This record gives sequence, C-alpha cells and structure tokens, in this order.
Amino acid sequence: MPISLTVNGQSHPVDVPDDMPLLWVLRDVIGLTGTKFGCGIGQCGACTVHVDGEAIRSCLTPVSSVGNSKITTIEGLSTDRSHPVQRAWIQEDVPQCGYCQSGQIMSAAALLAGNGSPSDADIDRAMKGNICRCGTYQRIRKAVHTAAGLAGKEG
Amino acid sequence: MGAWTKDGIEGVWAALGSGAAVDASVTASGGLNRRQFVKVAGVAGAGLVLAVSLPGCSPKDRSGAGGTTEQAAFAPNAWIRVGTDGRVTFMVDRSEMGQGVTTALPMMLAEELEVPLDDVHFEFAPAAKEYFNPMFGMQGTGGSTSVRAAWEPLRKAGAAARIMLISAAARKWGVDPSTCTAADGKVTDGSGHSASYGELAEAAATETLPENPPLKDRKDFKILGKPHPRLDTPFKTDGSATFGIDVRPEGVLIGSVERSPVYGGKVRSLDDSKAMQVPGVRKVVNLGDRVGVVADHYWAAQKGREALDVEWDDGKWADQSSEKILATFRELGSKPGAVARDDGDAGTALQKAGSRVHEATFDLPYLAHACMEPMNATAHVRPDGCEVWVPTQFQTANQQTAAKLAGVDPSKVQVHTTYLGGGFGRRAMQDFVEDAVLLSKAAGAPVKAVWSREDDVRHDGFRPASHHVLRAALDGSGKPVAWSHRVVAPSITRVFSGQPLENGLDTEAVEGAVAMPYAIPNVHVDYHDAEVGVPVWFWRSVNNSFNGMVVEGMIDELAHLAGKDPYQYRHDLLADKPIHRRVLDLAADKAGWGKALASGRARGIAVFESFNSHVAQVAEVSIQGGKPRVHRVVAAVDCGPTVNPSIIEAQIQSAIVYGLTAALYGNITIRNGRCQQGNFDDYLMLRIDEMPEVEVHVVMDSDADQGGIGEPGTPPIAPAVCNALRSLTGKPIRSLPISV
Repeated sequence: MPISLTVNGQSHPVDVPDDMPLLWVLRDVIGLTGTKFGCGIGQCGACTVHVDGEAIRSCLTPVSSVGNSKITTIEGLSTDRSHPVQRAWIQEDVPQCGYCQSGQIMSAAALLAGNGSPSDADIDRAMKGNICRCGTYQRIRKAVHTAAGLAGKEG
Repeated sequence: MGAWTKDGIEGVWAALGSGAAVDASVTASGGLNRRQFVKVAGVAGAGLVLAVSLPGCSPKDRSGAGGTTEQAAFAPNAWIRVGTDGRVTFMVDRSEMGQGVTTALPMMLAEELEVPLDDVHFEFAPAAKEYFNPMFGMQGTGGSTSVRAAWEPLRKAGAAARIMLISAAARKWGVDPSTCTAADGKVTDGSGHSASYGELAEAAATETLPENPPLKDRKDFKILGKPHPRLDTPFKTDGSATFGIDVRPEGVLIGSVERSPVYGGKVRSLDDSKAMQVPGVRKVVNLGDRVGVVADHYWAAQKGREALDVEWDDGKWADQSSEKILATFRELGSKPGAVARDDGDAGTALQKAGSRVHEATFDLPYLAHACMEPMNATAHVRPDGCEVWVPTQFQTANQQTAAKLAGVDPSKVQVHTTYLGGGFGRRAMQDFVEDAVLLSKAAGAPVKAVWSREDDVRHDGFRPASHHVLRAALDGSGKPVAWSHRVVAPSITRVFSGQPLENGLDTEAVEGAVAMPYAIPNVHVDYHDAEVGVPVWFWRSVNNSFNGMVVEGMIDELAHLAGKDPYQYRHDLLADKPIHRRVLDLAADKAGWGKALASGRARGIAVFESFNSHVAQVAEVSIQGGKPRVHRVVAAVDCGPTVNPSIIEAQIQSAIVYGLTAALYGNITIRNGRCQQGNFDDYLMLRIDEMPEVEVHVVMDSDADQGGIGEPGTPPIAPAVCNALRSLTGKPIRSLPISV
C-alpha cells in the first residue's frame, strides 16, 4: 500500500505491506539503519523510536498504524550530537559495543522530555525495557542524570 | 575516525601488496625472539608508513603469543602512517565488539609516537587481496588477547617512528639528534628549531629504522594508564556506527534461513509454493540442511519462511533431552577420566580420610551468547570473486568459508569487518557467513542474511553444560590435604579443530580447574568429553566460566566446614600466589569484609585468574520475594600494566553483568532434540533495575605481566553471589541458574 511517512521532518513515500513493522520500513526501505533490530517482540528496546514524541517499539508497530504521525529516529534526535542525552552519553563514555545505544538514547530522551529530574527509580522504570548485553547500565544511569542537568541548564 | 583518504593510502596499500618498499626492520626481544615485526613502507608522497606485524589473536591462538615460527615471513597486519599533513592513521585487523580495542591500541601508539591521542585516526583493516597477504596465519579477535599481543610490538613501532622523525629533524637542522625532543606531534631542539611531524614525515621515511628502540619507562607515560574516552563513542550515539546488519550494498536482498530444529537434521522434503506467493519473496533455496528465503526486505523474508512447508529428517539426536544429557554426564562422572593434573597422591589421601571426605557435585547448564546484534553477514558472490561484509571475530575463517562455498580462490575473497554488536566468542563461528554466501550465489545478487532472535538463540554454539564431581579432605586444623575434581563437559576444542582429542584430554576444558591456586598437597583433576549432539562454542571466559564457579564454590564449602572465614581461609591458602592474594585482599578491604551489614544481607567472595589477569569480587546480596537480589559488587583487578582504567572499569562491569545474567537466569534446555528457549521472554537478560552497584578497583603500577580484560571479570561473579546466598540460607548452591 503506498503511504507517506514523516521521518525526522522529511516525507518518505513508501509502498509496503500494511502489517510491515515500522522498524523494517525504516531500515530496509528508507535506509535509516541507526534504529536496531534486537528481538522482534518488544522485549529489548533496541528498535525504540519516537512517534509524536512518545517512545515506542518500532518492531511491533505496523506501519499502517503510524498514519501522519511524526517519527523521530536516532538520526533525527539532533544533526550534530547536540541533544543533551547524546552529549551526556559522550561525557560519561557510555557505549561499549554500541548496538543497543540508539534505543537507550531514544528511551532516555523520551523520559527526560516528560520528567526533567528523574530519580534512580524513575530511570529504572523508564529504561528497564532496554536490554544492554554489555552491561552499560551503571553508566546509563549516570548519563541520564547528567543529561537532566545539561537540559536543565539550557531550559 | 574518518576514512582513509583516496590519494594517500590506497597507493600505499597497492605498493605494499606488490612487495615494494621494505628497507629495514625492527626485531623484538624476549618472547618474540628474532621475529621481525616492523618494517618501513617507503612510498613516495605517502609520508612515513610503518607496517607492523602483531601476533595473531585467533581463538585457536589463545596464548596471544601468535606467530607460528621465528622464521615466519613478515606479514603485516597493522599499519601506521604519519601523513605529510601530520595526520596519524592507524589500521589494524582487530575487531571492535565493545571491548575497546579501537581505543586501547591507538593509546599505545600515541604514547610512544608522542602525539595527542585525538590525532590518531583508527580504521579496520580491509582483508582485500591487494592490501595484504590473506593467507597469513589466523586473523581474529578472541581470548582477551589484543592488548597483550600488541603491548610490546605496537609501542616499539611507535617508538621507531618517533626516532625516525627526530633523526629527520636533526639532519635537516644539522644538529645532533640527542638535542631534539618529540612531543605533541612536533620535534624541537634546544636552539629554537621546531617542525611538525607532517613536515618531517617524508624525510623520516628515508631514515634508518632503529634496530631495537627503547620504550618509555612507565613513570613517564602521559597517555597509558590514564582514563581516556573511547574513540568510537561519538559514532555510537548518533546511529552512524555501521554494524554488520546495517550494511546495504547496491541491490542487496535480505535472506532468512530456516534450520533443522533438531541439531544435525536434514531437509526431507520442501514445498515452497506458498512462500513464493508472499509479496517481496524472490527465491527459496533448499540448502540440504537448511532452507533460505531471499526477499526484498526482512519482513517479506520472514513471511516467506512462515509459509514454507518443510519436512525434516531429524537425524540421530531427535530424542535428545536435558535429562538424558545429565544422565550421560553422571555416568561418565562416575568413572576415572583423562588426567589433567596429579600432584602428590590425592587418591590415597582421600581414602585415608574415609568418612571425613567432603563430596559435592555441580551441574551447570548450556548458555547462549545472545549478542544484541543478531547473527548476520552480507555477501556478494560474483564470477570472479566474492565480497563479504561481516561483524566477525575471525576474518581468516570467513575468507576460507566464503572461498569454498563460492568456489573461488581465497585470494579472490574480500572480507570487510564492521563494528560488532557484541561478540563474546559467537562471532568466530561461520554459520552466518555460510548463509550469506550460499544465498548470494543462489540469488545472483548481494544478500544480507539476517537471523531472527529465535534463530540466534536456538542455533547458537552454546557454552557447554558441565558436570563436576569434587572430593576434598581436611586435616585436623581444617586445612585441605586432598582435592579431586572431575570435569565432564563437551569439548569445544574437538569441535573447533575437527579432530579427536589427544588421549581424551581437552586441556582447555579443564582451564581454571587445573589452575586451582590453593596450597593443597594432593590434587587430582581429570576430564571426560561427551558428545551429546548439542553445538558448543567459545563463550565469554569459555571453560573458566564453569570451572571458576566450581573451584570457588567448593573452597567456600571447605572454609565453612573448617569453621573459618571464607576470605581468611583463601588468604591463608594463597601464600604462594601473591597476585591472587593481592586482589583478594584489595576486594575484601574495599568491600568492608567483616563489617556489619543491613539485616537480611550477606557477602560472598571469590578470586580467579584467567587470561593472565587476576580478579577478586565481593558480592553483597539479599533474598527478596524468594529471589536473589545483588546490591553491590566490589571487584579488584590486576591485569598487569594498565592501558585505560576507564575501559577496564567498563569491561569488568560488563563481564559481571554477563556472568550475573547467566547465574540468575541462563539456562538453555533441550527437549525432543530441540532448544526450548528462543527470545528474551524465555531466555532472560539482566535489566537496569537489577543492576548492582559495581565498584572496580584496579591494581595500578602492577608488576604482573600484561593480562587480558574482556573476559576475566566473568568467572568470579557466580561463585561470589552463590557463596553470599549460602551465608543467608545455609545451603550451598551447586547448580545454576540460582534457585533459593
């Protein structure tokens, strides 16, 4: 079915099956590979993107359900790694293999958009859907606090 | 981490490939003997280029010593270029899977070359035929070897380059080289001369390569031993780092492969008519032991797979089960095995002890790797050769695999290494490369074979399950006088080598058991292999992962029986093992061993050496709602000279999470010959809300030899946690995952 998706502010006409998950439209059709495939069942969070600002699992989201919503992927979070979460991730040197980090960053950005000063418990609640097999959790927690501080200064 | 510039470096590789350019060499001392490992590649216009041969790091070559013979032909696998623009580029054939090699190796180079680390640009070496000899030894990354293998040769290469730059400056200025110093990418002398490396690079290429350049004293290090941010971090925060799964060559199709649910099964019949009707499906390929679907995108390939009608011939393991495997292990465990260590006379000592012998059996499960990036590879088979893009730990085997399946000479296979979304040993296997090459050949187009998570878990090469029979006797004072450890575990060495074991012994399967460090006069370790039809492979810390659990669990039981403090008991028995003792004492001290804890909490301790590094851990645990909860882990690490403490900290945290995940949840079970787990809903991972506070204390200025850091943090965590839980429940934990 031909549809048009708005991704990172750009319109992308695509012709794909209705039930095709957004993840594969982004990766295999549009060519935005920063969003990752990890499990396909919404268990790992590697595929997290924002739809109208809300963090969702793109591996479980049929493309037909997205409609005219605005989709933001890691590539669209900023053009120059300047989003407070990206800056905090760099400052705290979070990634190891890096594969899950797009999803981690998108989850953290959505958390901070709704809660400017999250507690450790808030962070655990918001981030526990994102698996990191390298175990970067400790630095993630620290980086979310750092990002909150950076965002606060700007706000 | 910009790309190599077209005008400069391609000419250099071409020249190297044609055998140009070598005019001198550096030879190493010590363990590397007379083997040459640095040469000058003098190519006009390229600046100063040194070709370096770092010892091999394949999983086979676990020692990290590498190199087959002293006379081995010089075959570079790393290149250093100081360009006429002053840009330093470093290219190496190691794989980055999160362990930090793309930061640690440039740090070694920058230290001796005297350039700021940020000025070193790193590239993965392509394995193209015009770039280097593709048949040199084994190229791969594993066994926590990269830093150890590079520690001396890479620093010497950096030092050689620095000395040549200084010589060129001295010649230019007509001064004695001893009056010149190099720092921050510049050479200066006492009389006001100054030149950048870029200005000197061309002239430096004609200077004599120093025979044995002296290395800096450790106290003079400016970069090594200090925390430095990883060089690859920025690319891993904006989605731009290219993993294998992200590769998209022009015209690429996506392949998905259905494998026999029973290991070793074959396709009996295939009806692909429904699959071919799925929109986007291009081709279905019967590969005999698997069926591939090639489609326009992953979703179509998956839908096509679901529509396949395959009947399998399950083969001889159709009735295999975890229960039968355990019975096989126990049967073997009741008989003497191949002897791996035999100090004194453990048999007689145990017999004399009679009823005072303490016996314990441990049963540990199969474990999946579960890399975050599911297995994948991309191949393009053409009549004249084959190109492969792959997140790999074993480039040489990729090349051989692709050559064989594509029907081309290995020299016609180009292997491009991407970033790895986790490795843990899994990406040294070849199955995903086979898929890509076979499907590309069949489809006549580039194909990216992408495994589902279920494929990835069910068709893993698992950490072997194992069964252990331990017997020990204590003297009147509680000191152990005899120790016997029988290991029953399917041999990875047999699988890797394709050869039967010599005298029935897999020396790697008993690693950590043979190295049991405690002063016990009578020690016997023996081993049984067991072929039970479940694929096995290297998993982070390999066989140390189970032998560490068993040795450190058993010694804790003995301390308990002797009525001694488990830390003090270990300390006393490690009088001849100063490095073990050093990390044990450090961990106990930093954890506040012996100090009061909140009610309901307890501490457990373990110490273990693997990959030439020593790690002790103290875990603080409680039981909440019938489940173990780990609050804090204090780790002490001695890995010899430290390269980057920040990466050491990250790797120890990582290794602890990996081992803790396994201890709490990891359990691959078999029924009707099939793996019963498939995804993160039934093969659970530790999540952020279960993450303990991990403190890492590194022994700085250690006099120990260089050790690895990717794996040694894994073995101690399970026993540290189990030993703590035993303090709470009074019951020793002898099987994993933990159940309290």
